[in-house]
Amino acid sequence: MIRGTISRISGPVIIARGMKGSKMYDVVKVGEESLRGEIIRLEGGDAVIQVYEDTTGLTRGEAVENTEKPLSVELGPGLLASIYDGVQRPLPVLLKLCGDFIARGISAPGLDREKKWAFIPSVRSGDTVAAGDILGTVREFHFEHRILVPHHVSGTVTDIRSGGFTVEETICTLDTRIHLTMMQVWPVRIPRPHQKKLDPVLPLITGQRVFDCIFPVTKGGTAMIPGGFGTGKTVSEQTLAKWSDTQVVVYIGCGERGNEMTDVLEEFPELVDPRTNLPLIQRTILIANTSNMPVAAREASIYTGITIAEYFRDMGYDVALMADSTSRWGEALREVSGRLEEMPGEEGYPAYLATRLSAFYERAGRVVCMGAGERNGSITVVGAVSPPGGDFSEPITQNTLRVVGTFWALDTNLAYRRHFPSVNWIKSYSLYLDSIGEWYIKNVAPDWRELREKSMYLLQKEVELQEIVQLVGPDALPESEKVILDVTRMIREDFLQQSAYSDTDSFCPIEKQYLMLKVIMTYYASVIEAMNRGITLKQVQGLPLKAEIGRMKEIQEINLIQAMIGDIDSQLLSLEVER
Amino acid sequence: MKPVSLVTKEYRTIDYVSGPLIFVNNVKGASFGEIVRITLRDGEERTGQVLDISEEHAVIQVYEGTRGIDVTDTSVRFTGEPARINVSLDMLGRVFSGVGKARDGGPEIIPEAILDIAGTPINPSARDKPADFIQTGMSAIDGLNTLVRGQKLPIFSGSGLPASKLAAQIARQAKVRGEGEKFAVVFVAMGITHKEASFFMRDFERTGALERVVFFMNLADDPTVERLAAPRCGLTVAEFLAFTHNLHVLVILTDMINYCEALREISTAREEVPGRRGYPGYMYTDLSSIYERAGRLKGKSGSITQLPILTMPDDDITHPVPDLTGYITEGQIVLSRDLFRRGADPPVDALPCLSRLMNLGIGPGKTREDHRGVADQLYASYAYGRDLRRLVAIVGEEALTELDKKYLKLADGFEKEFISQGDDDRSIEDTFRIAWDLFAMLPEDELKRIKREYIKKYHPLHKEAGGG
Repeated sequence: MIRGTISRISGPVIIARGMKGSKMYDVVKVGEESLRGEIIRLEGGDAVIQVYEDTTGLTRGEAVENTEKPLSVELGPGLLASIYDGVQRPLPVLLKLCGDFIARGISAPGLDREKKWAFIPSVRSGDTVAAGDILGTVREFHFEHRILVPHHVSGTVTDIRSGGFTVEETICTLDTRIHLTMMQVWPVRIPRPHQKKLDPVLPLITGQRVFDCIFPVTKGGTAMIPGGFGTGKTVSEQTLAKWSDTQVVVYIGCGERGNEMTDVLEEFPELVDPRTNLPLIQRTILIANTSNMPVAAREASIYTGITIAEYFRDMGYDVALMADSTSRWGEALREVSGRLEEMPGEEGYPAYLATRLSAFYERAGRVVCMGAGERNGSITVVGAVSPPGGDFSEPITQNTLRVVGTFWALDTNLAYRRHFPSVNWIKSYSLYLDSIGEWYIKNVAPDWRELREKSMYLLQKEVELQEIVQLVGPDALPESEKVILDVTRMIREDFLQQSAYSDTDSFCPIEKQYLMLKVIMTYYASVIEAMNRGITLKQVQGLPLKAEIGRMKEIQEINLIQAMIGDIDSQLLSLEVER
Repeated sequence: MKPVSLVTKEYRTIDYVSGPLIFVNNVKGASFGEIVRITLRDGEERTGQVLDISEEHAVIQVYEGTRGIDVTDTSVRFTGEPARINVSLDMLGRVFSGVGKARDGGPEIIPEAILDIAGTPINPSARDKPADFIQTGMSAIDGLNTLVRGQKLPIFSGSGLPASKLAAQIARQAKVRGEGEKFAVVFVAMGITHKEASFFMRDFERTGALERVVFFMNLADDPTVERLAAPRCGLTVAEFLAFTHNLHVLVILTDMINYCEALREISTAREEVPGRRGYPGYMYTDLSSIYERAGRLKGKSGSITQLPILTMPDDDITHPVPDLTGYITEGQIVLSRDLFRRGADPPVDALPCLSRLMNLGIGPGKTREDHRGVADQLYASYAYGRDLRRLVAIVGEEALTELDKKYLKLADGFEKEFISQGDDDRSIEDTFRIAWDLFAMLPEDELKRIKREYIKKYHPLHKEAGGG
């Protein structure tokens, strides 16, 4: 065993002497209280260690013990509906151990050791199994938790058992004398393997109009939500966690507010997944490392989260991972780098920031899983970014932009006027439009793309027209352009805006989304047609039409919206040219 | 905590002094974050804290400043204890220095407990959801950016704007309706002038709240480093009052900009790599260790609500201090110089204001069912009216449509009637009444943010028609 002594303490970073033989990223126990830490640099016999807990009270000369294992998480039944800190300590267990405030030097296993799970085998004695194969299943709530053969393990089954077991009891024995349990341990900094990556061709349906219809992200895709404070990053992340059509959601609260995590904890058990009618918490795993919890554990929380997501992906499920906020993770990197006195890159961030960010986002994707029987799984990563002063030119926003496929730019000015989600339609983009086009044609409507492009064109045109209005006033515009302003206001207020707190509109099915857009664009086309007949805009605005369109969000019955399309034409045709 | 060694070690090996820091050589056994006692040549004793320990040095920040410290005769004694404060219910009505020493001439308190001022993070699963609506009597807050118990809601001000008046008014009027008064105020002054501090003290005295207030005073001419300890002392007392004595504690921290300047001073003296505008890269983490100490706990009836005041240098909301604060706190109240000049009192600029926890405190049974819709509608209409003002400046009011003129009028009315209220203590019903009177200026179809049934119920026209 490698044992050294503390020679320097500077905030969350310490240096230990006499650590020869240690490897990078080994987990160590620091001091008399056995605080957990991780080796992040080696210099001869000295090891530089980031400590996952508060270092107050440490003294030079205290012992440092190397466990010679990398930072790992426990994977197995019991993960769902859990809430962990950044290094997978279950928070409710810590609450029982040390009360309302998190004390130091406390450890608790990630998975419950006592609970018995009913294991139903799907292999028989004599079967040959290899890494990634399904050994059997366990019901976790209503979820089918598939127990897989761990990586680097293969052989012939000599004994397979069924019944109730804890995660540590043997459920299967192989001829290679390997005893398998339902629990696997995996180092967080190493991506779990898969057979091959697939192209992202399926959209992630979120029930949010601006996301699904305008700037979609795919299953296995990546998206970022940058925005200044108060623009609604957290609400957007939580909305996505609630309504995304995936089987599992991993929500990482990385350096954010404690009250927000409580909100999720209290709200999710009450909310029901519109697709399965089960409580949302049963498909959710929360990782909460609030801003006042130790900074090094914040750095680890992102990796803990994505490793858990990969575990569910390997079973063949679609997983959505929300990271709120990746800026706090980047800042944790910067803080530790500063303590190491490394040469700073841009704005004090370490030079390896871009590498770390892209390596993290590359763990997303749609893959063919390891093991027999073709299983596809995916991880969609949505990262919130909190740029200082709302300035998108800062390093984390810019480096993330280079690797993500969808960019949802949140806008402070939209947020000020309570236009939510405050996604700026001019700045945002999605690179997945082409690859998911086919799915939309098959499952939504052939003209979805056309409607989208048209509405985007009008919104772009609105910006130009507004500039003219600012100079000469709205009266100077010709009627045909006033119509555009009329319609774009409709697109903005009656389509793009969507309240996360409304009981009727917080989730909007994709069919309804399409029809709403169709109604507005039909209105535009019909008004133009009417005006060609000589009808004035004033006459059109006198119709009850606009108010009806304005109330579309509250209408639940899709056929009522469908009926509006025909109604628009008949109302406009009823107008007669004024002499 | 480890047992404290009975042997204390005293050193006379100060190597050098730099700003508020001293560097001591050959220290053995010092622990990170522990408190040291520094004895000067003339016998004066000061307090410091260990910031960094390496083979050559222990770096110590001196709370009372380094004036008069020399490298030959000054001695340093390591106590082996973290920074702690004596706490007791008797602290109510007393005045303390930034490190918790009696400052009002009275005796030191007899402690009920001695607590570590750094505190430990609240376990997120121990937190209880903030849900109690606090009626502050201010329409701009109650109506648009509702405050709830356990929230942290800063006031972003500019130099010369009446943030103190607003904070004092909130402290005076804040109540949870239908509940008895079991409250306390912890007031932490960091680097503010004597005048500002006495303004608060007089206001508390006038309303008879003085004996419910604990003061931590670090005024502009007091040592800078003490400012780093003051909010932590204040919050430690607040936690004690809230979670041991079950009081509802309102913590006023003023002015956070001075706190951050002190943080920068220490960081510069330590020759750390500076972040934005010279503030240290860990300022977010440091600030969160203050702001996150607000909230409620399951099974405890007390709560901590924070009202930090922050002066934005040059009224710039993107300055690192308001920026990082906004990322941690649950919203913000922003004051505007423009409105102040035009005589609004309080000059709250509604658009950049936000309360993230608003939805937890409003709605039927708490305020009223139409609250969300009313707030959204006011925001949307006012924002549109403000845009029109810019247009009017260029093309004149005549160029506007009839509808736009109504919006313009609403925006004016909103600032004059709704936001501005002087010393009134408005009930939430009054706030709604003013809001609906404003909506009556617009055609009903424009009220898209409010459900139809609520319009029928609350719109003044319908009410009159229905004889209500």
